[in-house]
Amino acid sequence: MTVMEQRGAYRPSPPPAWQPRTDPAPLLPDAEPRRVLGTDAAAKADPALLRRLYAELVRGRRYNTQATALTKQGRLAVYPSSTGQEACEVAAALALQDRDWLFPSYRDTLAAVARGLDPVQALTLLRGDWHTGYDPREHRVAPLCTPLATQLPHAVGLAHAARLKGDDVVALAMVGDGGTSEGDFHEALNFAAVWQAPVVFLVQNNGFAISVPLAKQTAAPSLAHKAVGYGMPGRLVDGNDAAAVHEVLSAAVRHARAGGGPTLVEAITYRVDAHTNADDATRYRGDAEVETWRGHDPIALLEHELTERGLIDEAGIEAVRQDAEEFAAGLRQRMNQDPVLDPMDLFAHVYAEPTPQLREQRAQLRAELEAEHDSHGGTRR
Amino acid sequence: MTTVALKPATMAQALTRALRDAMAADPTVHVMGEDVGTLGGVFRVTDGLAKEFGEDRCTDTPLAEAGILGTAVGMAMYGLRPVVEMQFDAFAYPAFEQLISHVAKMRNRTRGAMPLPITIRVPYGGGIGGVEHHSDSSEAYYMATPGLHVVTPATVADAYGLMRAAIASDDPVVVLEPKRLYWSKDSWNPDDPQTVEPIGRAVVRRSGRSATLITYGPSVPVCLEAAEAAREEGWDLEVVDLRSLVPFDDDTVSASVRRTGRAVVVHESGGFGGPGGEIAARVTERCFHHLEAPVLRVAGFDIPYPPPMLERHHLPGVDRILDAVGRLQWEAES
Ligand SMILES: Cc1ncc(C[n+]2csc(CCOP(=O)(O)OP(=O)(O)O)c2C)c(N)n1
Repeated sequence: MTVMEQRGAYRPSPPPAWQPRTDPAPLLPDAEPRRVLGTDAAAKADPALLRRLYAELVRGRRYNTQATALTKQGRLAVYPSSTGQEACEVAAALALQDRDWLFPSYRDTLAAVARGLDPVQALTLLRGDWHTGYDPREHRVAPLCTPLATQLPHAVGLAHAARLKGDDVVALAMVGDGGTSEGDFHEALNFAAVWQAPVVFLVQNNGFAISVPLAKQTAAPSLAHKAVGYGMPGRLVDGNDAAAVHEVLSAAVRHARAGGGPTLVEAITYRVDAHTNADDATRYRGDAEVETWRGHDPIALLEHELTERGLIDEAGIEAVRQDAEEFAAGLRQRMNQDPVLDPMDLFAHVYAEPTPQLREQRAQLRAELEAEHDSHGGTRR
Repeated sequence: MTTVALKPATMAQALTRALRDAMAADPTVHVMGEDVGTLGGVFRVTDGLAKEFGEDRCTDTPLAEAGILGTAVGMAMYGLRPVVEMQFDAFAYPAFEQLISHVAKMRNRTRGAMPLPITIRVPYGGGIGGVEHHSDSSEAYYMATPGLHVVTPATVADAYGLMRAAIASDDPVVVLEPKRLYWSKDSWNPDDPQTVEPIGRAVVRRSGRSATLITYGPSVPVCLEAAEAAREEGWDLEVVDLRSLVPFDDDTVSASVRRTGRAVVVHESGGFGGPGGEIAARVTERCFHHLEAPVLRVAGFDIPYPPPMLERHHLPGVDRILDAVGRLQWEAES
């Protein structure tokens, strides 16, 4: 007998008791982003760590200005500067152990360099001589990822695999505020939470996705709030406070390593430069906003703290600056040499074994290059 | 509405003008995508539209290609004519599920009850020194999907005409915009009355007697240059610009090859499994008895698009086309 047929006899009962699968309260981000510098919490921070962060920030800023200058000289095809966001970049690298993995986006060259990557190799993508200039396994840095959010599921898979193998490896994956709208972002978070994978997602909310402001990207109270729906904690941090970003990311990494599962961290920061050197930011934002953020500069904030507490003096600051200058000079000098490229490399790594068709095409190109060489770079292109 | 003097206009400006005219003529036309509003698109093709028609008609969407095309499906179901921008060729791939499973199939699934008049704008192809994922030629994927029209302009006038025709079409149309021709100019006069012909006609860009170069989009100017250079070697080449890959204009192409007896297909996407194979097969089927040599292809290599510093070795240039033309002297060779 169906429900319809038993009409008169049917007695409604209350639905089975509903319980949320997880108490959402501990997953929710705090109302205010976590801050350390300029608060009582700063006193507890390790002075050596603060000095290290400072040195890396100054060096990172100098790297950004140097790389931007290289675009003007035509040495780099394009550079997406992370000026203003250095605290996130540096803290991401320093929160990880050597055995951990970093999954950067195209803007995160600095995080890769702070992790120890050769700065020239880290720039090959943006220089245009190859797509990835390093062996990802060597420093455990995945290729800088251009399509948005597509590296996030990779991070989840890698972390999951490491756990299956019994390794206590954590993956930290970086994405911009715009990237959080992509399907891959949502799928990655869901997998990570269901598998309790040891992953930390770091969203650098720098206000814009090229020209589109956050308000047109999401209606959520914060990007960190999105974590709750997947069943993982969401954390908010002042992205220009290097000590706070380091603290929050380190805690998330420890949590993941201990088997606690993924965390979504939203760092609130600002992209001081344009999207890339090719972008005209005056079309979508005013100077006043940029100036406000310059007043909350990650380097100045940390320098102020260090000086106030007597952890650095003028000579110390000068030494850090000097180191950054030398670093930039080295980069400039190495980038001013023309990369030596072999066009035959086009065919070198398409498959482990080239197909017969690729062999033919390789022979064709070789013949063309020889002809070009014989005619001393004559009229034929 | 006043027309700004745009003489001589670039292809990007002609596209803007086409979008603007279409929006002015039909209030159901809506433009949407990443950065299309305030910024006017990264190539400025949607410049000024948000200002003129409001943000509801020219909308900066969240950054999600599947979402952009998926919501466009629903909008079209409700009677709007969405024109969506995929910011770069390789960033359209997240939208392929919507494109292939829904956009291309809705008319068929619903026995004609629900056509989807959606225009999908895709800046495509290389030659602009873009980094990874900014130079793909994805036309083969679109061509292989029944239910989609696929067009690609090579001239400023065609950019205008094809865009208007695409928006007017009751079927989904993928408009592949050759990035490296965005800034090219020709004698198109925006102040002249514009005619819009239906999608699906190829044109002879240059007539000749000794062989036909069949090409489209970014390779058209390269073929015209090759045809000029070939004169020195005694070749009088005809250049056919397909303009529309789907539907394919067999008549214009076969008529040309029957006249010349020889053909080379030129495109920058990979040759293996690429558009040239289909085109060569069609030409062979229709012109077998007129052919003096096999139909040859000059294409990009079968490799992932290379980094900018090596792209000149990958893209089919004048020399590779001339070499192929030389090989059309089949009898001498075999
Ligand atoms: C799938 C995909 N769609 C579009 C683009 C083009 N694009 C490159 S960067 C960018 C904006 C990204 O903004 P956000 O995620 O906030 O990162 P940010 O640049 O601010 O670091 C867009 C739309 C892309 N790279 N990938």
